[in-house]
Amino acid sequence: MLKFVWTGLLLALTAVLLSLSSCTEVPSVKAAVKSDKDRKLAPDFTLKDADGKTVHLSDYKGKVVLLDFWATWCGPCKIEIPWFMEFEQQYKDKGFAVLGVSMDEDGWTAVKPYLQQLKVNYRIVLGNDKVGDQYGGVDSLPTTFLIDRQGRIASTHVGLSGGKEDFKNDIVHLLETNRTSVYPPAGDALAFFTRPN
Amino acid sequence: MKLKAEIRPGFHVNSNTPNDEFLIPLKLTWPSGPVQAEQVIYPKPQLEKFAFSPNPVSVFTGTFEIVTRFKAGANAMPGQTPITGKLRFQACNDKECLPPRTLDVHVTADVQ
Repeated sequence: MLKFVWTGLLLALTAVLLSLSSCTEVPSVKAAVKSDKDRKLAPDFTLKDADGKTVHLSDYKGKVVLLDFWATWCGPCKIEIPWFMEFEQQYKDKGFAVLGVSMDEDGWTAVKPYLQQLKVNYRIVLGNDKVGDQYGGVDSLPTTFLIDRQGRIASTHVGLSGGKEDFKNDIVHLLETNRTSVYPPAGDALAFFTRPN
Repeated sequence: MKLKAEIRPGFHVNSNTPNDEFLIPLKLTWPSGPVQAEQVIYPKPQLEKFAFSPNPVSVFTGTFEIVTRFKAGANAMPGQTPITGKLRFQACNDKECLPPRTLDVHVTADVQ
């Protein structure tokens, strides 16, 4: 005959599920583009893409980047991905790029079939906890950052955005702002020039 | 043995039979041993519509129970036997998703 004794499990499990469900207390955020003085540099990272190539965020300096943390198991992410594909197509020749960071623990085994199914047209890299921590924790998905041409975080969207137009307006703004600003390599102040907008 | 779970309002976890190949199912597993899980019985899932899905999603919400039927094997010794199972789940609300988690489920079987 079997008898079972709970070892504090029930309360603990309830607490964890409740706490897990509530660990993202910040509601979905539609963030306007920050003013210049409020933008911080986006942390650089080194990750691998689907072809095994090494990707650095700093490779994208000079471009406006939509950096999207997502996962194959994230339903809301699936809504936004087609928007981002459209942006990639529409704005890539204007100095824009989408970079998706998959947070799938199962790696390419899970991600590659997903990319094929959705016919994703932009670069995807495999993320990790370290990169998530660099970007403030990335506790929930999707979490999307818009990075300006100077490599600074201009806006942050947590959760499913209010709509495609929210992103589009911000992207267009960033593409048109300081379009020809060039930051010189360290030590080369004479090369610095900016054309007025 | 019943495992009771309570999900915060507004959130859901995928059921044990999600209707999308990429969704992470809720799953309770137990190790092999003198006391073995014969059957894990999940509640009937709900089909709910969310803003992020064109099709209804198979989920558990609110309070629900997962029942495990155990059986003591012939080699099970009388007395207390600790068993640790694993509960895997992944939660979302209608706008964002939290990372999948695996929790240890500790019970003690009193074999008599």
